[in-house]
Amino acid sequence: MLETLSQPWPWYVAGPLIGLIVPALLLLGGKQFGISANLRHLCAATLPGKLDFFRYDWKRSGLWNLTFAAGIVLGGFLAHTLLYHPDPIAISEATRADLAALGIRDFSGLVPSQVFSWSGLLTVPGFILIVVGGFLVGFGARYAGGCTSGHAISGLADLQLPSLIAVIGFFIGGLIATHLLLPLIL
Amino acid sequence: MNYTVEETTIIPEGAAGEETPKRRVGLLWYLLLGVYFGVVLTKSEVISWFRIQEMFRFQSFHMYGIIGAAVVVAAISVALIKKYRIRSLEGEDIYIPPKELGKGYRYGIGGILFGLGWALTGACPGPLFALVGNGVLVMTVAILSAVLGTWAYAALRPRLPH
Repeated sequence: MLETLSQPWPWYVAGPLIGLIVPALLLLGGKQFGISANLRHLCAATLPGKLDFFRYDWKRSGLWNLTFAAGIVLGGFLAHTLLYHPDPIAISEATRADLAALGIRDFSGLVPSQVFSWSGLLTVPGFILIVVGGFLVGFGARYAGGCTSGHAISGLADLQLPSLIAVIGFFIGGLIATHLLLPLIL
Repeated sequence: MNYTVEETTIIPEGAAGEETPKRRVGLLWYLLLGVYFGVVLTKSEVISWFRIQEMFRFQSFHMYGIIGAAVVVAAISVALIKKYRIRSLEGEDIYIPPKELGKGYRYGIGGILFGLGWALTGACPGPLFALVGNGVLVMTVAILSAVLGTWAYAALRPRLPH
């Protein structure tokens, strides 16, 4: 059983399992699936300043979601320890070749260790990918009013036009970063 | 399992005449659902920077299959919930507020900025949390930076087109 679960899960298993979170949250407490709202709750809880945007009862509207996010960390830990699979991520040969051409050498982990590590953080590429990238994730998600879970999954599932525009934006940004910026950064 | 929040907010439903007692669903359920999501994100390799690169290079169906299947399953579920007017466990009507389109700038510009960050970090917010659980602890810096980005948005918000 654990042996089977430890194998990488194919898209047709993982996709539906992720989709079911939307009705699960709605049925539990009428909550909407959206992870990036937690970044706002974290601001409201720690450094609200005098900003109107953070003037709300974060415990009342966000405690469930912060708990959900804590669960994600725990789930990642459990999967990593109990369902560990040692093989490298089976990305396509074409991707591997493209990334090798950009100087990525280590394909063994979940992320390229030369960039996404404490020593990598102190390099220019590491700083840009982790710090600048993280900043854009937070800024962009709140500006757009949602991230992948809120727009690409919840929003599209509810056939909302704003979410479709946001998702198209996600892809335009992602393509620019991948094809134009990464060759300059790495 | 009976770990409930805000028990003082249990209010009887008056308006419709039928007295349905309202319950708050315990936080433990949200924790468990988060654990489930974290496991799926990890085992499907969605949290891998390599998988996100593969997606933005159109070199594999994997990520498209996951997002596509998730949307289809979620859409069918939402349609059924709406059709049969199913109530939540807390006894309330399930209502999904429509997102306001306005001029739409926020979705286009904000979306592009988010997409840039998604491809650089190789992770959106859910995977950022899952990566920390997987021991990629440097991603705590990305999360802190994302919190800072959220704060910066709030500060600039009055001056940004929406």
